[in-house]
Amino acid sequence: MASTPTLEFERPIAELEKQIDELKRLADDQKLPVASDIAPLEQRLQSLRQQVYRNLTPLQRVQVARSSKRPFTLDYIRLCFTDFIELHGDRAFREDAAIVGGWARLDGETIMVIGHQRGRDTKENLKRNFGMPHPEGYRKALRLMKLAEKFHVPVLTMIDTPGAWAGLGAEERGQSEAIARNLFEMSRLETPILATVIGEGGSGGALALGIADRVLMMENAIYSVITVEGCAAILWKDGKSPEMRERAATALRITAPDLLENKVIDDIVPEPLGGAHANHVSAAQTLRDVLIKHLDELRRIKPDKLVRRRREKFLKMGQFLA
Amino acid sequence: MAWFRKEKKPRAPRPQRLEIPADAWEKCEACGHTDIREKFIRNLNVCPECDYHRRIRAIDYVNVLLDDGSWEEVLGDIRSVDPLSFPDYQARLKKARTVAGEYDAILTAAGTLAEAPVNVGAMDFAFMGGSMGSVVGEKIARLGQRSLERKHPLIIVSASGGARMQEGVLSLMQMGKVAAVLSQLAERRIPYISILTNPTTGGVSASYAMLGDAIIAEPGAVIGFAGPRVIKQTLGQDLPEGFQTAEFLLDHGMLDLVVHRRDLKQTVGRLLRHMSGKPAATGWAAS
Ligand SMILES: [Zn+2]
Repeated sequence: MASTPTLEFERPIAELEKQIDELKRLADDQKLPVASDIAPLEQRLQSLRQQVYRNLTPLQRVQVARSSKRPFTLDYIRLCFTDFIELHGDRAFREDAAIVGGWARLDGETIMVIGHQRGRDTKENLKRNFGMPHPEGYRKALRLMKLAEKFHVPVLTMIDTPGAWAGLGAEERGQSEAIARNLFEMSRLETPILATVIGEGGSGGALALGIADRVLMMENAIYSVITVEGCAAILWKDGKSPEMRERAATALRITAPDLLENKVIDDIVPEPLGGAHANHVSAAQTLRDVLIKHLDELRRIKPDKLVRRRREKFLKMGQFLA
Repeated sequence: MAWFRKEKKPRAPRPQRLEIPADAWEKCEACGHTDIREKFIRNLNVCPECDYHRRIRAIDYVNVLLDDGSWEEVLGDIRSVDPLSFPDYQARLKKARTVAGEYDAILTAAGTLAEAPVNVGAMDFAFMGGSMGSVVGEKIARLGQRSLERKHPLIIVSASGGARMQEGVLSLMQMGKVAAVLSQLAERRIPYISILTNPTTGGVSASYAMLGDAIIAEPGAVIGFAGPRVIKQTLGQDLPEGFQTAEFLLDHGMLDLVVHRRDLKQTVGRLLRHMSGKPAATGWAAS
């Protein structure tokens, strides 16, 4: 993970971390008692993280949400669940590694987990297509959801994608239909669905895993109808400059508190100080506890009532004058 | 909205004139064929020379589909607000209302098609590129609700560049809202016909446009999830000839039919009669 570049605004944190690491190594090598030197530095690190993360701008949140240091779906699967068996393929065309899924256990109980999977390095990103699924990915996801429904098992989705893939093959094989089908089928799936936006929730490609009884967002995740770059390019003919990207990120209201306020999500999952990437284990632990709590509540509701409420929830979304 | 209801009579032919004023001429965007406007209009704005289907307004589609004098606008007083205080959105809305009409990017109507009651939502590209925000989602949801209550088929004519950016993620959620209604229609076995016109892309194509019990497109319509420009950008090369046209989608198994505008009403009527267990209408069964 050390190979990934540090975000601009995190540089002071990274420098302090490096300083502390060096001091520790020096102490190890030369058997020096440096605890008293390190303690104040770590304290400073703590308050620096606090300071930086309390004041993130919307565009900085976008950068955090997209960071390849953040835990991805498979990291959360490893850290939150046990007994995971990955299932592959859409049974029609091919396997799409941009979405992963399979049986797992949460607190001992079987669940079906499905999520977008990004890659940390170039090689993995080639395989995962940067977490941008083709239609096959969505069709695999739907197949697994139906499988879960068949065996009365709840579905947990993890959303982490810049968007559905825009390419020749994806269009030829019906990207639109694949996404639309998921929205439709998830509106009537007779088993609990719990969705969490763990990183970037990019447009229709995100929503195709996002029709759920409860929708959660990690504290530094974002959820948007269009990328900030795309929005800035269309509206202000400039999708590159930081100023216009910041303008779009602010205008689109894509942060977790924004979405909670607009009643699009149900709960925000707090991240450890310095973001989920600062401590994968602690981020996963918190998420796990929140998932257990929501799932406990959803399991008590009869399937037909779940579906009715899920529909009502989405029917209420939006703002207008009537 | 009274002016809709008054405009239902077929246009009376214009009196003969010696000189045709310059603004009465129109030019086909595809082949350059020039003709008097009346001729284009009589041909439902399909080019008499090359069959290019020109863009028409929401009200034109309602008139194409529904019986003369049978329909009225419903749900006409739902208005867009500016929930995110998005830069320039209020001004854009104001302009769109002047240019296109008060009904936002969709005109919703109840009437009859070959004497059978139906509900029609026709999108209007002239209103902010047919973009889908809270109002479009809500009007379709309520029109669907109306179909559920009365057991009348639902028809949606799509013409849209996608979700309305200015309402942010609330626009995205309209895809989920409409899917929720369509899943109810499906359970109650109420037919839903989706008609795709040029263009149908983005969030609209990835929701209700692709969920019809029959999916019909007009010839040449551009249909896709990502717009051609975006794909060209990711590819770094030109797109194959005819990519993302209605005919291309038909070839790839994504549509049931590509139908000429003049046959739209009859085709939808016949499909609906099949789906509703009714006998063929007189004069329709032969072909
Ligand atoms: Zn022509």
